[in-house]
Amino acid sequence: MPINEANQEIKKEWKPKIVAFCCNWCSYAGADLAGSSRLVYPADVKIIRVPCSCRVNPMFILRAFEKGADGVILCGCHPGDCHYSTGNYYTRRRMTLLFSMLDYIGVEKGRTRVEWVSAAEGVKFSTVMNNFVSKIYELGENVKVGDLRCKE
Amino acid sequence: MQRIGVFVCWCGSNIAATVDVDRVVAEAKVQPNVVFAQDYQYMCSEAGQGIIRNAIAEHKLTGVVVCSCSPRMHENTFRKAAERAGLNPYMVEIANIREHCSWIHKDKEEGTEKACVLMRAAVAKVLLNSPLKAGESKVTKRALVIGGGIAGIQTALDIADAGFEVDIVEKRATIGGRMAQLDKTFPTLDCSACILTPKMVEAAANEKVKLYTYSEVESVGGFVGNFHVKIRKKARYVKDDICTGCGACMAKCPSKKGLNEFNMNLNNRPAIYIPFAQAIPNVAVIDPEQCVKLKTGKCGLCEKVCTAGAIDYTQKDEIIEEEYGAIVMATGFQPIDASKFDEYSYSTCPDVVTSLELERLMNAAGPTGGVLLKPSDKTHPKSITFIQCVGSRDVSGRGKCYCSKICCMYTAKHAMLIRDKYPDVEVHVFYIDVRTPGKNFDEFYRRAVEQYDVDYIKGQVGKVYEEDGHLVVQGVDLIANEQIILNTDMVVLATAIEPDPTARKVASMLTASIDTNDFITEAHPKLRPVESPTAGIFLSGVCQGPKDIPETVSQAGAAAAKVIGLLAKDKLLTNPCVSHSNELLCNGCSCCEKVCPYGAISYEDKLINDHGVRETRRVCVVNEALCQGCGACTVVCPSGAMDLKGFSNKQIMAEVDAICR
Repeated sequence: MPINEANQEIKKEWKPKIVAFCCNWCSYAGADLAGSSRLVYPADVKIIRVPCSCRVNPMFILRAFEKGADGVILCGCHPGDCHYSTGNYYTRRRMTLLFSMLDYIGVEKGRTRVEWVSAAEGVKFSTVMNNFVSKIYELGENVKVGDLRCKE
Repeated sequence: MQRIGVFVCWCGSNIAATVDVDRVVAEAKVQPNVVFAQDYQYMCSEAGQGIIRNAIAEHKLTGVVVCSCSPRMHENTFRKAAERAGLNPYMVEIANIREHCSWIHKDKEEGTEKACVLMRAAVAKVLLNSPLKAGESKVTKRALVIGGGIAGIQTALDIADAGFEVDIVEKRATIGGRMAQLDKTFPTLDCSACILTPKMVEAAANEKVKLYTYSEVESVGGFVGNFHVKIRKKARYVKDDICTGCGACMAKCPSKKGLNEFNMNLNNRPAIYIPFAQAIPNVAVIDPEQCVKLKTGKCGLCEKVCTAGAIDYTQKDEIIEEEYGAIVMATGFQPIDASKFDEYSYSTCPDVVTSLELERLMNAAGPTGGVLLKPSDKTHPKSITFIQCVGSRDVSGRGKCYCSKICCMYTAKHAMLIRDKYPDVEVHVFYIDVRTPGKNFDEFYRRAVEQYDVDYIKGQVGKVYEEDGHLVVQGVDLIANEQIILNTDMVVLATAIEPDPTARKVASMLTASIDTNDFITEAHPKLRPVESPTAGIFLSGVCQGPKDIPETVSQAGAAAAKVIGLLAKDKLLTNPCVSHSNELLCNGCSCCEKVCPYGAISYEDKLINDHGVRETRRVCVVNEALCQGCGACTVVCPSGAMDLKGFSNKQIMAEVDAICR
């Protein structure tokens, strides 16, 4: 399909781009469980597997918004249950700061979220994703975050 | 120039029904560096793996992407296939188009589009993969079993039988657990003590098995093959190597107000006590809450009567450090608290008892010497009513949503035993369903109904109250469709079982995942039911889910087999996806060292050649044997020197780019 045609089609019906970072031990397994339990959530969510939620560098989230993501959700083990003992505590603090900063530069708070989903919470995973996606639909298309270093 | 092969699995119709596999293949073929793409019905089958191996050889592939089920399922399978064809196993990436795509999306167009995106992300990632080699770590050839009930004892005996040393940590003063409290067992009506106590003795006598009773796990460090565990041996105030278990102290102890936990608090015990006659070890323990000497400094009677000189009021908790290669969780269960169900008047009427209390009331070693008497006035009851599913299958939030599995059978057992011993007693059972799957279970239940005339009423009970010295049960008979008001002398509640309250604490020390009901999650519900997703942690007994004694014993054996399989290895392959630092970028700030949960990071003064400038710098060094690959250090590194192999910054960014394109 030629690129122009593809772009026009996207304009016709906007579909949000949502990146979900899931830790390998809890949330990715929770997403697997949602899958094997056939719990439906929108296809707009694309999952990236990371070993631990604390592996998610704020850079990755900025990059996603720079590339046109409409929402980024980060899922990890429940506090106290981190496979690596303490990883999700770092995530919790780090994302609180990052999300405030993103809100300040124009990426609304609703477009970013941290959720704790255990390996046994397939239902929670699907509920969280459904809620998050409907929030993104409510907020509409996101404005791309620009990288001033390489302004064309 | 990289050469990538993409393999798309149909998984029968599991993927192919909602994802247009041909389109994914066509899309893959136009991705940069992709030189080969093919679909097949079952990629994980021998034939499917053959396709991958042949393509690697024929097209000289440098990387492989498999679009299939979750990497948690078959990543290893495909890595091994690649390795057989001479490709580094870490040059394989999985796009999860089953659990994360075909199974959750109904629309084929949507599913196909998403599958293409996931494939693209995996191709983008694999282009940045580098060959990795797994390191090796040693295996400490000893196992720890947490919990000394039938599950823990059986696991320990089976491990010991294979020649490995095993320690049991039990929080109570004796091993034996819940099974020791039971009178008879279904469906054979074997005497519980007669089959359990020989096993307890065997565990104590086995030279490979060490018992830490009245002890708790304090902390767990390390990883599979190399766990360091601190065990708190609580003060018994009795020297366990000297006490002969004669019981003279128990007879003389003036404080007799302590509740007898073994008898479900139905009677009292002295402050110094042996939990029950067959306790292992047969050693007394002092309850510091009840002991007059420990509370006021006066008394000391037990010390005077102890001819062995075993009493030691100054004993302190002791911390023991041990090394293990594998840990088995066998923390067991407890019945839920029946007092939160007001309608059954458990807290106000002494004649309303739980099933485990009834078990003690019918046991020859119990508070009534095995004669069934009403707890209120110690008279013989004429009518007993059982209420099933108290807190089980309860979605109201007060109880547990699951079926506790054992209650239908033990109630049939109780009803039968009562009718057998006291034919004059009427027995009614209110039930929602009678669930009897299991060998000889349904036959057993039918015997209760047909041979022993137990009155089973399908329906629930709304209220139990006391009136004129007897109990009134208000319920409903769903088959006759009428309300029932029954006068009865005793009510027995089949309370749900829940994981022991220590399970959550122990699981979090072991970093074993736990479900919303506090049962420990298995690595795979069907294929790896006795392992936790955390390597080196195994599950035995009810801590994994409700089960009866035969199931517990089989699972204990299965867990032991897995432990033996692990301990039999001399070396374990470690995860090569570990952190590494770029010495040229490292500024020696120590940020990474502070966040590392494993102490895997240290600093060294090294001679660095930075673009021709040679100087000695303090730089970070990662101990790859200790690093578990969480990636915490990569994010805190201010100079960007730290990265994680297999999940590098560039790889994750490439995935982000591919998804947001």
